[in-house]
Amino acid sequence: MNRFYFDHNASTPVSQEVLEVLVPVLLEVHGNASSIHQDGQIARHRLESARRQVGDLLGCQAKELVFVSGGTEADNLAIFGAIGDGCHLITTAIEHPAVLNVCAQLGIEVTYVRVGSGGVVDPDDIRRAIRPTTRLISVMHVNNEIGTIQPIAEIAKIAKEAGILMHSDGVQAAGRIPVNVTALGVDLYSVSGHKMYAPKGVGALYVRKGLKLNPLLYGGRHEQQRRAGTENVPGAVAMGAAASWLAEHGESEAIRLAGLRDRLEQGILERVPSVSVNGGAPRISGTTNLCCEGIEGESMVIALDLRGFAVSSGSACSSGAVEPSHVLMAIGLTRDRAKSSLRFSLGRTNTEEQVDALIDAVAASATHLRKLSPEYVAHV
Amino acid sequence: MSKGLLAVAMSGGVDSSVVAGMMRREGREVVGLTMQLWNQRRLPEIQTDKATGRCCSLDDVYDARQVAQHIGIPYYVVNFEERFEEQVVKPFVDEYLAGRTPIPCTLCNNFIKFDQFLEMAEGVGAEQIATGHYARITRDEHTGRWQMRRSVDSSKDQTYFLFGLQQEQLARTLFPLGGLTKPVVRQLARDLGLPVAEKGDSQEICFVPNGDYAQFIDAYFRERGIPTAEVRGEIVNREGKVLGEHTGVHHFTVGQRKGLGIAAREPLYVIGTEPMTQRVMVGGNGDLLRASLAAHDVNWISISPITAPIRAQVKIRNKHAAAQATLSPGSDPSHVHVRFDEPQRAVTPGQGAVFYNGDLVLGGGWIEN
Repeated sequence: MNRFYFDHNASTPVSQEVLEVLVPVLLEVHGNASSIHQDGQIARHRLESARRQVGDLLGCQAKELVFVSGGTEADNLAIFGAIGDGCHLITTAIEHPAVLNVCAQLGIEVTYVRVGSGGVVDPDDIRRAIRPTTRLISVMHVNNEIGTIQPIAEIAKIAKEAGILMHSDGVQAAGRIPVNVTALGVDLYSVSGHKMYAPKGVGALYVRKGLKLNPLLYGGRHEQQRRAGTENVPGAVAMGAAASWLAEHGESEAIRLAGLRDRLEQGILERVPSVSVNGGAPRISGTTNLCCEGIEGESMVIALDLRGFAVSSGSACSSGAVEPSHVLMAIGLTRDRAKSSLRFSLGRTNTEEQVDALIDAVAASATHLRKLSPEYVAHV
Repeated sequence: MSKGLLAVAMSGGVDSSVVAGMMRREGREVVGLTMQLWNQRRLPEIQTDKATGRCCSLDDVYDARQVAQHIGIPYYVVNFEERFEEQVVKPFVDEYLAGRTPIPCTLCNNFIKFDQFLEMAEGVGAEQIATGHYARITRDEHTGRWQMRRSVDSSKDQTYFLFGLQQEQLARTLFPLGGLTKPVVRQLARDLGLPVAEKGDSQEICFVPNGDYAQFIDAYFRERGIPTAEVRGEIVNREGKVLGEHTGVHHFTVGQRKGLGIAAREPLYVIGTEPMTQRVMVGGNGDLLRASLAAHDVNWISISPITAPIRAQVKIRNKHAAAQATLSPGSDPSHVHVRFDEPQRAVTPGQGAVFYNGDLVLGGGWIEN
């Protein structure tokens, strides 16, 4: 059976051009980037080239980037590294667990700013949450479930005026919308390799020049003493290659994905009754999140998977079962509507033919599932 | 037999793993589903180190996933926690508080496994389901009625918990293990190379650690902020004389001897509970004998509802040896009067009364107060 992948916000496949630079590195670049010999120097050289490539994508100096193991570590390092005892932190209710669960562990006061049904935070709400003790504001750049783009530049301006540090989780933004961390005015910015066609296990944190940050891990003096542990040179090189491709092609790819996403969204809205789009504008081009009334999202995901389509619903708990999305409930959906929602996230592998096949599969599965749903029958 | 997609309910144990493996070997297209029923991280104060043998532990999900991968079938974990709490856990607690002794496994079969699970299976495209229950489904060729029979392995027979199954549920269900004995099933697990072949059997009520249901109910109350002091009461004898005090009727079940904390010449047993007054009645062994019972919400499986008295064997709890009795129709088909040939010990309200004719499961209902 052909498999069509529509879950690029969960992870992206490694692209051909990334693979082509990654495999030779794995085969040939074996040195430790901290070693003084030639083998180490070659590794160091590749690592620093990669850092420049990622810096070019994000609009910062290479020196301002710390390579880490992924988005979660970047978020942990940014937040644990920036806060101190007795301080206050502001974040939003729609953040990724890599931020929300860190906040829950801090043992300091945290304000979770609410967002409206559009799924975009109001900078004035952030401003109103500021206290004299506020040390850090952490707001994601693009939401992973509904794709909405947050007004990071405005919030960063508010933070700067108040003398507060600003972190943004940019895992879903980098390479998908133009990102220039310097122009955004943030102090800290997280990115992840496997959301941009590089492998799992590598990410980076932008740390504005001059910012003091406490390390999360203690060990050797790697990454300017900000992240102990032998550098993941193959991962960094892959991420660098991925960043270069996106710096060049990201914009045209985003336009192509917007066309596919609109085709998918319109197709489903026309073919399936009682469907609505979750969240509002602005949002990134490759994401749509749809509520299909009277349908268990979990059943739909399985039914579509058995037909060869990978999509998602809610978030997976530790066993792998699905729990309703905290993001959808934060933008005002009832538990039932959140459970009836599906996320489709598009990427480089998707084509018009795939989108049309997906529309057919969604329409067929929705009709079948609604026949079995007494609630829906009663509703219409 | 229809050869469409078959959904196998996989718990991560030996039995359901063998079902998945057998069906796959027979050439069926199989999807494995594990029901996430209960969050084992809840009620941390009653958790034990031993997390195996209980449903929905991460170890069991891990095992089920391994088995699915081994036999090469798609596999998913589906979240039924809300429904399970509503249809099984809450009624279980409420029944104890009402002075009855519930059977959560029957509620789970009626409302989860053969209802929501069946619906979910159909939703994902499976017309039939298979489970690892030890019971057999046959069809009466004359009437077209689906019938249920005891498992050939009498020590594993689970028909006592399946008396609520309806015809349309039986029509879409397979019990591939009903004709096999447990040692044969284990051997099949080894033959199929299943990673769970040597895993121990689970015994207890899946969501109650150590089988201590009273402790579970206390913890469940505390989670809701209800003080257990409100459920204290008196222990009385048949004449109403107060012999002691207790910390809640849910600690007692009919026939129980331990935990009364009363010194007496003759052994004392719980003969009944009175939730209205929070009183627990105790008496001698002879006080536990009953010659008859009334069953409500009776479901008829292998025969149509009776209109005249019939002879049957009746089981009043899972480990009870079915006793000879006469069944008489009650005021409507959902009520049945059972008169035993010999009085039976500890007829317990809330338990099932399941009617048999030899191997055949005629039907069953719930024992009234």
